[in-house]
Amino acid sequence: MEVGQMQRRLVEFTKSLFMEGFLDGQFLQLQQLQDESNPDFVVEVVSLFFQDSEKLLNDLTSALEQQNVDFKKVDAHVHQLKGSSSSIGAQRVKNACVVFRSFCEEQNLEGCMRCLQQVKQEFYLAKNKFETLFTLEQQILAAGGSIPATEITSF
Amino acid sequence: MGMAAAESRFHVLAVDDNIIDRKLIERLLKTSSYQVTTVDSGSKALEFLGLHEDDRSNSVSPSISTNNHHQELEVNLIITDYCMPGMTGYDLLKKIKESSSLRDIPVVIMSSENVPARISRCLEEGAEEFFLKPVRKSDLNRLRPHVMKAVSKDQKQEKHEEEKQEEKEIKSQKHQEQQQQQHQQQLSPRPSGNSKRKAMEENLSPDRTRPRYSDIAAVV
Repeated sequence: MEVGQMQRRLVEFTKSLFMEGFLDGQFLQLQQLQDESNPDFVVEVVSLFFQDSEKLLNDLTSALEQQNVDFKKVDAHVHQLKGSSSSIGAQRVKNACVVFRSFCEEQNLEGCMRCLQQVKQEFYLAKNKFETLFTLEQQILAAGGSIPATEITSF
Repeated sequence: MGMAAAESRFHVLAVDDNIIDRKLIERLLKTSSYQVTTVDSGSKALEFLGLHEDDRSNSVSPSISTNNHHQELEVNLIITDYCMPGMTGYDLLKKIKESSSLRDIPVVIMSSENVPARISRCLEEGAEEFFLKPVRKSDLNRLRPHVMKAVSKDQKQEKHEEEKQEEKEIKSQKHQEQQQQQHQQQLSPRPSGNSKRKAMEENLSPDRTRPRYSDIAAVV
């Protein structure tokens, strides 16, 4: 694939991530913090998000498996995940966390179990999307091209 | 590294239990050319600032924490998350404002939740700003005035503390002399006197206090 074609693909793909609500404006903020002095900032932070969130999801799963579920503890984990996803602009993960927290408040175990599945699903979906995005970027760079800037106008 | 480099950049202590948010705020501050130290809890922040939690329970005099405060890298501003396990950002804010050595450091609170009661509680307790998370680049523009204000206030406070020290050292009679002299100084029509005095006091160390008084006494 030639560079121009890859660049167009990246632009289209990024646009679709915003259109489908996977990403919000916070991701653009993240991109703005990346410069020559810190060329891998976005990848670094998002990778950190993957690691940290997988740990949180494991903690959540075991917390909800307890005989007596400590909803405060569950809520604390969801709060963390909500904060992280919000900070990187993973909007759908964040939204799923918001619903999750309302069930924690109600101490609704069934609701919490459903939300955990929902959050997991959104998380792995987001992970796939980010990985595709970063792979596209790497391919462009490897072919000697530059990464086209994300258009900010509509978001 | 020269001292000029350290002086040209203000130092911010960022406190957040979330590793991603720590990364983010660190980067945000660095792109606004602040020097940044990040810690993951309120107690670590206090430790960094040289204020230990058991300071008050033991009868350790507050001057000890004052001394610790003057570390190699002075903190010009503290930005802290509100919701943290153990010590919250609000608790941290209160501890800082209760400490004679730390209370002039401006504190900014960040929170992902927009709870008006929480915001007003923090502002009442002496927080300078309340940022809604995620913090954006544009929010950071609001930090500089607080840093600048604190830097000039700090200088004034140092003067104030030196004056207090003088009062302790120089007892009643000399104290009266001092008042008279200051009174005279205010009355004396020397335009350069004020700025000269200011420059002197800024560089003043406690052991230079006495010579200064004999100077003035000689003039009178």
